[in-house]
Amino acid sequence: MNFCFSSHLKKSCHHHLLLVGVLTKNSCENKLSLGLLSLGMHEWALAEGVVSTVTRIAEEEGLEEITEVTVKIGELQQVERDILKFALDQMRTPIMKNAKLVLELVKAKLKCRVCGEEWLFSPDALSEEVSEAIHFVPEMAHVYLKCPRCGSPDFEVSEGRGVWLALVKGLKKDE
Amino acid sequence: MSSGKGGVGKSVIAATLALILRRRGHRVGLLDLDLTSPATHLILGVEGLQPEEERGIIPPLAHGLSYMSIVFYAVDEPAPLRGADVSNAIIELMAITRWGELDYLVIDMPPGISDATLDMIRLTKGLSFLVVTTPSRVAFETVRKLLALLRDLEVPVIGVVENMVMKPSSRIRAQVEILGDTYLGSVTFDPRLEEALGDVERLMGTRFAKTLTQVASEAERRIM
Repeated sequence: MNFCFSSHLKKSCHHHLLLVGVLTKNSCENKLSLGLLSLGMHEWALAEGVVSTVTRIAEEEGLEEITEVTVKIGELQQVERDILKFALDQMRTPIMKNAKLVLELVKAKLKCRVCGEEWLFSPDALSEEVSEAIHFVPEMAHVYLKCPRCGSPDFEVSEGRGVWLALVKGLKKDE
Repeated sequence: MSSGKGGVGKSVIAATLALILRRRGHRVGLLDLDLTSPATHLILGVEGLQPEEERGIIPPLAHGLSYMSIVFYAVDEPAPLRGADVSNAIIELMAITRWGELDYLVIDMPPGISDATLDMIRLTKGLSFLVVTTPSRVAFETVRKLLALLRDLEVPVIGVVENMVMKPSSRIRAQVEILGDTYLGSVTFDPRLEEALGDVERLMGTRFAKTLTQVASEAERRIM
């Protein structure tokens, strides 16, 4: 039986990733709360977090084989997609052996709390030191970036801060 | 290292205590979690250090201490962070920093019972508080609230240090003991301390550091 786990992903203010899963199995939908999941930002730590969460989902849902894993990468932290992909490939567990890995970049959107201006984060304009600081601690954006309209550092990252596990597809044993 | 108020000497005590423990042969880390107002780098005279990147980040050694501070990333720029940003940044730092094996991790906390304190209580196992006050009623009133919170949350308190004492009095000791907490000792105000900041050898030679050595022994005895 084909089985698809698709999650509605919400950015938590305290964690990279909050998964509120909706389980789709034929026409029946079951709410599944996976709670908070913390993923370290570094690519290898991220890969570890993805694999352990995929493994947990597979166990909880009784999946025999994972066929697809989609991870969304917020642009703010400038996670190296190739390194993350490599790390994920290295960490494949037997159940994920043939899974298709999809890594999608998500633009980081910033919104000024003072004047309401919204703009997209553009890593190209940053120096290497600033890029690295934001890569390690994304909140350093408030040290180095300013609202392009009013110059305030008091903005929110409305999208694209962390890394999300967006989709786990797998095959379930027939009941 | 925590207090209800700022300016009571948490950072100087945290840095000096870490150095005392290191000189006793322990493996010691020092983490400056005052993200908007870090100070331990000035107290230790840390310059030119940067963490190493190796599947996370490895804190550099500063005077034998594994040392981590937001100044490695914010340098000397202001870091205007709201509470949620402070929480996220703390989680990030805790997640990516690879301390290795340590006997003690001394954490210099920002003052008060806000985001950083609540996050560390929520997320850290094996956390114990060493609370700093001054003889001032203004400082102790906030410390009393911190101690009450820690008791309610069943977080261990190593004890209370009374810093910047100008004239001997048993008032703070009595009030700490009424609350059922341990008074670790008093540290007399040392007018020579300021000029020793940034120079670890001079710092360790101050009367302040010598008094703190006794406090460290008492704290160690309590931890054991």
